[in-house]
Amino acid sequence: MRSAVSESSTPTDVPPSLVEARDVRVSLQGTEILHGVSLTARPGEVVSLMGGNGSGKSTFVRAIVGAVPTTAGSIDLFGSPASPLARARLGYVPQRITAAGGVSATALEVVTSGLLGSRERDGRVGSRLRGLVPPRDAKARARAALASMGVEDLAKRDVSRLSGGQQQRVLIARALVRRPHLLILDEPMAGVDLESQVQFSHTLGHLKEEGVGIVVVLHELGALTRHIDRAVVLEHGCVTYDGVPPKDLGVHALPGHDHDHPHADPPVRDGSSLGLEAP
Amino acid sequence: MSLLQEPLIQRMLIVGLLVGAAAPVMGTYLVQRRMALLGDGIGHVALAGVAAGWLAGAAFDLAKQDALAIPGAVLFAIIGAVVIERMRSRGTAADIVMAILFYGGIASGVLLIGLAGGSNANLLGYLFGSISTVTWGDVWMSVGLAALILVIGLGLRAALFSVTHDQEFARSTGLPVDALNMVVAVLAAVTITVAMRVVGVLLVSALMIVPVAIAQLLTRSFSRTMHLAMGIGAVLTLTGIWITVFQDIQPGSLIVVLGVALYVVVAAVTSLLKGVRR
Repeated sequence: MRSAVSESSTPTDVPPSLVEARDVRVSLQGTEILHGVSLTARPGEVVSLMGGNGSGKSTFVRAIVGAVPTTAGSIDLFGSPASPLARARLGYVPQRITAAGGVSATALEVVTSGLLGSRERDGRVGSRLRGLVPPRDAKARARAALASMGVEDLAKRDVSRLSGGQQQRVLIARALVRRPHLLILDEPMAGVDLESQVQFSHTLGHLKEEGVGIVVVLHELGALTRHIDRAVVLEHGCVTYDGVPPKDLGVHALPGHDHDHPHADPPVRDGSSLGLEAP
Repeated sequence: MSLLQEPLIQRMLIVGLLVGAAAPVMGTYLVQRRMALLGDGIGHVALAGVAAGWLAGAAFDLAKQDALAIPGAVLFAIIGAVVIERMRSRGTAADIVMAILFYGGIASGVLLIGLAGGSNANLLGYLFGSISTVTWGDVWMSVGLAALILVIGLGLRAALFSVTHDQEFARSTGLPVDALNMVVAVLAAVTITVAMRVVGVLLVSALMIVPVAIAQLLTRSFSRTMHLAMGIGAVLTLTGIWITVFQDIQPGSLIVVLGVALYVVVAAVTSLLKGVRR
């Protein structure tokens, strides 16, 4: 399950961070939501961002992807300050309220919309308003992304008529179609059926092997437990824990977790208040 | 066939076709963003622009009193659209923004036309449409503005879909979201001033929204909804205008009534078919 890039033995071999956020502060409507939050994720690393409602975890990932402005601190993506261009290698799955707008759209159209954005071309930065790839290739790539989430057969269906789990898979496919080096997901498991959870866990394992860095906001570790390298716990806009997923939360009891390695001390706070427990 | 050689009828049909096909393009984006009534708000501001243009015409002592009415409408509609977009992006409730524009637009329109020495009757043509008075100048302006709407509205469809569908995701991809939002607002304003001539301020939004609503009943794809709505819009306006050639009816209201009737029929038939399939 380990990616080639994470087999480092000496400090100099440590791969550069895909995302490095330092002391990020965010204020929304005059209220400071994040009071200096830091986080890093390296290639092939899966970091779960956890915390109760209102802890600021969604705001934090929205700051990383540029959806909300920061008031202080810095966010580096792929070794340089976050910019629209740097975000070309980023895949984002927002918290799903609904995958549908006022006009019906097919799953294929939604996934294809992932193929837009900035990129570097011939040494010049340009915004690709008409897609990162030619229309013909775009469809094939979108279909492949849907297939990777096991929902290729839904390509022509109206997303608003799909189940919660199916919609979520379409939104993950929309992020994956970009072939991101860093994937950021906000509560991908909320309101999702078991089959979709298992499918996503499977995909996550593959991405991790390919060296994709993943930051995932979770309410509980659940079906993704086996893939998670580090848990960062936020409370009231501050990091209260950053380390391996705590032992007392039942990680070792899960199938697939068959090796021994030292774990850091469990968080001071009682994890059960965060809903952290084995499924 | 000889009727088609009548210059007035030719002009009416050309403008009708352009407006009928172009209005649903922007209508699709507005419905997608759940701002179907935005057109009404902008339309009322455009009315104030008509009156302001009239006032300017009177002030400059222009021979043709309403020469500046349409340019005034375009200007006011764009300013109105930009203001709405700004307020919306800063989180002001959309219905409050809309209400302010509705009342502000219509009240200042009536006020300004009075100051210009006109009467409310002068505004009626703009409220209900006045396609039977189109000149070749109007036709060329409609051609230009409709071309602008079609080229940008269709050419940037992928990016505009992304922004109107999921703004937060669009921002994460590095798309210039604020600029694209502004493009939608300004093109909606342009659409309204072009369509105002055909159906009038009071019904302008119908020409943008009703064809989209009908197309929605028939297809599940965003791009097909847009294309179908363009076709439906064009057929509705041409049919409406053609009927008024023979019958002395207000074309604007006829077009909208035809559209709503078509919606009811299509809705009934599609739900019947669904029932049969079950």
